[in-house]
Amino acid sequence: MSLREITLDDIESLAVGAWILGTGGGGSPYLPLLNMRRLYREGYRVQLIDAADLGDDALVGTVANMGAPLVGQERLTDSLTLARAVEVMQEHLGRKFVALMSMEIGGANGVRPFMAAAHLGLPVVDSDTMGRAYPEAQMTSVSVGGLTPYPLTAVDVRGLESVVHKVPTWKWAERVVRKICVEYGSVAATCQPPRTGAEVKKGGIHGTTTKAIAIGHAVREAQRTHQDPVAAILAVEPGKLLYTGKVVDVARRATEGFLRGVVRFEGIDDWRGTAFEINFQNEWIIAKCDGRPAAMTPDLICVLNSDTGEAVGSETIRYGQRVTVIALPSPPVFLSDEGLKYVGPRAFGYDLDFRSVFSS
Amino acid sequence: MRRIGIDVGGTNTDAVLIEDGKVVRAVKAPTSEDVTTGILDSLRSLGATGALKDKRIDGVMIGTTHFINAVVQRRHLTKVGALRLGMPASASLPPFCDWPEDLAELVRGGVWMVEGGHEYDGRPFMPLDEAAVTKAAEEMKAAGLRSVGISSIFSPLDPGHEKRAAELVAAVIPDAAITCSSDLGRIGLLERENAGLLNAALADLSRDTIAAFEKAIRDSGLDAPLFITQNDGTVAEAAQARRLPVYSFASGATNSMRGAAYLSGLADAMVIDVGGTTADVGQLKHGFPREANSVVKIGGVRTLFRMPDLLSIGLGGGSHVTLDPIKVGPVSVGYRLLKDGIAFGGKQLTTTDVAVAAGVLALGDKSKVAYLDKATCDKVFAEAARLAEEAIDRMKTEAGDVPLIAVGGGAFLVPDKLPGVSQVIHVEHGDCANAVGAAIAQVAGECDQIFKDLTRGDAIAAARDIANDRAVTAGADRASLQTIESEDMPLAYLPGNSVRVRVRVVGDVKATA
Repeated sequence: MSLREITLDDIESLAVGAWILGTGGGGSPYLPLLNMRRLYREGYRVQLIDAADLGDDALVGTVANMGAPLVGQERLTDSLTLARAVEVMQEHLGRKFVALMSMEIGGANGVRPFMAAAHLGLPVVDSDTMGRAYPEAQMTSVSVGGLTPYPLTAVDVRGLESVVHKVPTWKWAERVVRKICVEYGSVAATCQPPRTGAEVKKGGIHGTTTKAIAIGHAVREAQRTHQDPVAAILAVEPGKLLYTGKVVDVARRATEGFLRGVVRFEGIDDWRGTAFEINFQNEWIIAKCDGRPAAMTPDLICVLNSDTGEAVGSETIRYGQRVTVIALPSPPVFLSDEGLKYVGPRAFGYDLDFRSVFSS
Repeated sequence: MRRIGIDVGGTNTDAVLIEDGKVVRAVKAPTSEDVTTGILDSLRSLGATGALKDKRIDGVMIGTTHFINAVVQRRHLTKVGALRLGMPASASLPPFCDWPEDLAELVRGGVWMVEGGHEYDGRPFMPLDEAAVTKAAEEMKAAGLRSVGISSIFSPLDPGHEKRAAELVAAVIPDAAITCSSDLGRIGLLERENAGLLNAALADLSRDTIAAFEKAIRDSGLDAPLFITQNDGTVAEAAQARRLPVYSFASGATNSMRGAAYLSGLADAMVIDVGGTTADVGQLKHGFPREANSVVKIGGVRTLFRMPDLLSIGLGGGSHVTLDPIKVGPVSVGYRLLKDGIAFGGKQLTTTDVAVAAGVLALGDKSKVAYLDKATCDKVFAEAARLAEEAIDRMKTEAGDVPLIAVGGGAFLVPDKLPGVSQVIHVEHGDCANAVGAAIAQVAGECDQIFKDLTRGDAIAAARDIANDRAVTAGADRASLQTIESEDMPLAYLPGNSVRVRVRVVGDVKATA
């Protein structure tokens, strides 16, 4: 196995890049970043491994926090609790993991595997199962790929440790774990269904941690040298600039446990006089320009602070903010008919055929 | 109704007397090193014409930058014992964990974390470990700490554990100055705790400063209650302000905006307050500055509490001007304007010099700036206008043209016409808008919490009742209360139609019987 040392500077970039890949959701990586700074100060180090370097029989644990970001802001989930979720899974399986992986590179969950990995002395695989953030647990490449949706563990810092031994579908996994999570106080550290090296290689979305680090690095360098941070992102990613404008209206409503709504923008610079709006369900789902769809899931819609290049989330976006909207290409796995069933516009209730920003 | 408003700025102390809604007299005096003298001077100057003689004054309202300057300059800070109730959660990110090290060194007197706190729906997270709180207090006492900051998980929803812990600490350290994070904050443990720790660090300075204000009022021969103006354009009684000095951090800028609203008669407008060094741009809604709804860094510390949403740019009456190419600011001669400016015999060309050359201001010696021709002056003004326009456009939250009120000593830099602005309004006494804003300040009450299983309307009504009660407790006249902000945010992932409601009400200061 060839392992790559991750520096604290890489983690700082990862936090910025993961928040951008969060496409409006996933929660801010600020608190996981603070945890990582402390762990590195205390001498912990984490290494990154390519999926290709995993043995086919190697066992990989997938780490994620579940719940309301708001509760996380009060509970300040610590690194040991995430590590404990992994240990509970190892105890249940009677086997040890050789590496950990992110379920969701977008947002705070893009950094959390590193918190557990630091304590457990395991490397983190440079892959995830979303390539971004999505609101539900079945919206993953492993779900699209039909991989086993169990067992799962869910841990609370007060010594509450649950194992979901078996569920028939990913949708059931989401429902059952969500219930446990609510009882815990709407936040839980989880270890998702274990994967073999072969499964990760076939069903994972690869290179996403490296990608998030590269995006974050580009933004931070641009900030440091007073260059245009959005241009810096587009120089390292094959993205497309969609719009530059100012937020003029935010309408939010909570339905079925999600934050849904629409943000309206007014154009500036080249977009003066052009109306733009984005619908969201935690994450940015559909962007419309002058009433016509301009970008839609599974393409990544990223709303960035025009000055800093950092991500703006759907929970915190507010009137008057200057933003630049870009699109990044979706992982290929979600572009198949099967993939679009899980994460295409219809999966979010929009009667639209998916049309990529990048197909023309 | 007769009130005195005082704004203690870095350079000048401005004071106004307002009687029956009119500015009767406005004066400026240099700010003094010892606080008391400057205020005493301005009160004497205010009364020099006999304007205060034999008149009952309903209140002296003072706005000050003292407290925020102490944090920014790392001066006059007290060591704080940090007590967090929330174990076993949050252990990996202890209090002070993301503070600039120099400030943490000055303020961190010790950290204690014990079991306690609540869930998002008000259930206890863990029972409060009272024995551990008492033990922590004993250790603080042994360490000589007299200022304590207490934080607890979800305390904005249920402050019970913080209040009980405060009682237990007070039992061990009777003279302790205790700040509970629930008195300040919003959801977000670290940011709320940070605000509480900063507040606790200002305990000694706050006590001394407010005592100095009270002494100045007494020494001037006035018999009037003291109020301190707050970040949101309201006032707190001296006793409450002494306890919560962080709430007056941004009161100077807020007072200017409130004064601008009052002097212009407009409740909804943009405001630009152009001082000597910087211009603050904000937006008035219902006569109050729009609030920053996100993290605000103070002295390098992330906080989340009531602060106005302001954009400061380096444009003012003392801004350096270079002519080739044309550049204005951000560097300023500041309080040395009347010495360093060319029209005053100095060597640095400033925006004020240009205004003197153009005949906009009648100050200093015009012949010294006669070399600036009209075309040059126009170019400088155009550059200043461009800076102002950009800042205003950034802070605007609606399409279309809006009125703009220009106040402050440097308001001459704002032209009568700007893109995106329907009308530029200059007002009488605009250079004392900050003191006027202090004089007219009202009392507020706020509620920010999560309601479960209520209709949206019922949740908002429940929040309003809580906010009203808090305003009355803070000294407001109940009959005059009105809601000035109501915001509800449905919460993703939380069950049972959870909605977070924030309501803010204001009312007039209750007249003393």
